[in-house]
Amino acid sequence: KHTTIMMATLTKAFKPILGRQLGNTAKLFPGLSCTCNTPTECLFIVYLQPPPAKYGGRHTVTLIPGDGIGPELLNHVRELFRFSCVPVDFEVVHVNSASTSEDDINNAIMAIRRNGVALKGNVETNHTMPPNHKSRNNLLRTSLDLYANMMHCQSLPGVQTRHKNIDIIIIRENTEGEYSNLEHESVSGVVESLKIITRNNSLRIADYAFRLARDKGRRRVTAVHKANIMKLGDGLFLQCCKEVASGYPDIEFDSMIVDNTTMQLVSKPHQFDVMVMPNLYGNVVSNVCAGLVGGPGLVPGANYGRDYAVFETATRNTGKSIANRNIANPTAMLLASCLMLDHLKLHDYANMIRGAILTTMNETRLHTVDIGGQGTTSEVVQSIMRIIQSGGPLTTEI
Amino acid sequence: MYLLKLSLQVSHVMGAIKTQSPLPRTFSRGIQTVTLIPGDGIGPEISTAVMKIFEAAKAPIQWEERNVTAIKGPGGRWMIPPEAKESMNKNKIGLKGPLKTPIAAGHPSMNLLLRKTFDLYANVRPCVSIEGYKTPYTDVDLVTIRENTEGEYSGIEHLIVDGVVQSIKLITEEASRRIAEYAFEYARNNQRTSVTAVHKANIMRMSDGLFLRKCREVAENYKDVKFTEMYLDTVCLNMVQDPSHFDVLVMPNLYGDILSDLCAGLIGGLGVTPSGNIGANGVAIFESVHGTAPDIAGKDLANPTALLLSAVMMLRHMGLHGYAKKIETACFDTIRDEKVLTKDLGGNAKCSEFTADICRRVQDMD
Repeated sequence: KHTTIMMATLTKAFKPILGRQLGNTAKLFPGLSCTCNTPTECLFIVYLQPPPAKYGGRHTVTLIPGDGIGPELLNHVRELFRFSCVPVDFEVVHVNSASTSEDDINNAIMAIRRNGVALKGNVETNHTMPPNHKSRNNLLRTSLDLYANMMHCQSLPGVQTRHKNIDIIIIRENTEGEYSNLEHESVSGVVESLKIITRNNSLRIADYAFRLARDKGRRRVTAVHKANIMKLGDGLFLQCCKEVASGYPDIEFDSMIVDNTTMQLVSKPHQFDVMVMPNLYGNVVSNVCAGLVGGPGLVPGANYGRDYAVFETATRNTGKSIANRNIANPTAMLLASCLMLDHLKLHDYANMIRGAILTTMNETRLHTVDIGGQGTTSEVVQSIMRIIQSGGPLTTEI
Repeated sequence: MYLLKLSLQVSHVMGAIKTQSPLPRTFSRGIQTVTLIPGDGIGPEISTAVMKIFEAAKAPIQWEERNVTAIKGPGGRWMIPPEAKESMNKNKIGLKGPLKTPIAAGHPSMNLLLRKTFDLYANVRPCVSIEGYKTPYTDVDLVTIRENTEGEYSGIEHLIVDGVVQSIKLITEEASRRIAEYAFEYARNNQRTSVTAVHKANIMRMSDGLFLRKCREVAENYKDVKFTEMYLDTVCLNMVQDPSHFDVLVMPNLYGDILSDLCAGLIGGLGVTPSGNIGANGVAIFESVHGTAPDIAGKDLANPTALLLSAVMMLRHMGLHGYAKKIETACFDTIRDEKVLTKDLGGNAKCSEFTADICRRVQDMD
């Protein structure tokens, strides 16, 4: 612990001098582990992420309820954490999707900067509002520079799907591409929307993808693009991926055009391992994969930046039509909270909750409506709490 | 009376738009000439197969073969050969095999040239599950209508500074209105109950917002067809879980590209998917969307199903429903029987054997 603090101070002192030499590739990204044998080795290759807000042994995490099913699911998360005595306190920040001022979202961003980690529901975007009213979720991602969206799609054995045993990791560039919010109407009736691809961001996301693949023991990374049509834009992305791939000879690299990718995903999904892609294709592919493993209620997602991490459900649905009816599937949000616990290095709690969720999913068949059962949200959560209690650790009363 | 009924049928099938000039009335009793573009790779073999099957069915179609290699016209602009252009403009209906796009040839892809020459603004791909060719999805019956001229594929890209590239997505009022009108006409004329506009207006507020507005405006004139709007990601999610919820989908270029290929994947791939391109001035080109497959070209191993189903779509467009039904049924029966299937469908018969089987069934039906 002392060496960590010493390294942090030394790195900060040396950073202005070493800054240029260290460059972008020397940074370690959150979500990955680091094994340093000697402090000096660490000094030169590690730029430590800011430590999470941990006071008195308890972490503080920002909680953004959002709209639709967000508030009820996050209440369940809090209930479960309280029950399992997880040392995490939540700082709740509400974001009103109907208000036109950006104060709400700026408060939320400030809170996340303060705490370093957040768990959020989706904030609805009313697309009939004028174009200067940006999507709140998008604003959050770009302000905090959460450049990597990671989604791990795994088939859960208890769920009936057309394809079995799917295990795909999707890494999507989260800040630029088609989501740049740069649009203008130069002539009446003609609208231009700009898609921006930069070398820096492409290198960054490709590097993240390869490091993650290596860290998790994956063998192949596939880049998804449309470079035959968008030769400069996606061509640049592909070129950056190839450059980064040359630095990882142990990992196979190939590329596939996005329309072919979707076709292959619905017919032969097992050929994919890790996939990396720009923003919009990431949206399409992640939704297709979520559909393949059983729906939006089952898959958690994580947004990682250099300094911050925000966890949410992978497909970012508001679920307005099923809000407050006790039928939403809490699995995605609960698994996202487990990812958050892993990020805070509370691995024991994460594994305990995850085990309980998977047991409920696979064995006791307490499925909610979206995966073909008739259970309610509270029944699922109660079952998870019972399993945790029977596992033996200290819990509060049910 | 028969003539009148048939010519009425003709103008209703593929959504003839009121502002367009009516289709020429050379069908019904006479033989219709169709421009045939065999294409490259396996193109010639599958075109021959289709011609053979049409002959066996005694369809009143006369083929005019044309080649479309790009040539440099006056003024230095690349264009298709004038004979091909003239033939297409005269016949109005075309059937095209796969064309290869050479990588460093200096000219744009042939498909792009054809699209620009005839202003093929709508790409229609009906995706229906084929009985006998098993896929995990068994109840697919939808149509994707994709705007084919603008959107993300405008080809306008700039290098702003070193390392920053900007691609422009263009959405215009005119093109959006045109494709929306086509979609609703198609839905009405083919007894489809709903049209869904696919968009991402929460992120691309102005561009997809404009597209949506136009769709809504056109929907006002077609009250008999239900109109809904859905986000692209929701469509993808639901499509993969339960494709039976969708009917007609209309969307801009990029989403259309991805979704139409997704739907093709649901029914079995590009080797069995028909496709049609509708242009201004009544031109319609039906094509197979798979590649040229140079590795099996000339070896009699190709599967002509995609081109055949596109030809059937063409027959329906021309109002020759009887022949269309006959050929389509023969094709599906052959596939369902599973005795004579080409390699990609899971068998090991030759293309000529597959074709002969279909011809035999067609002749048996008479």
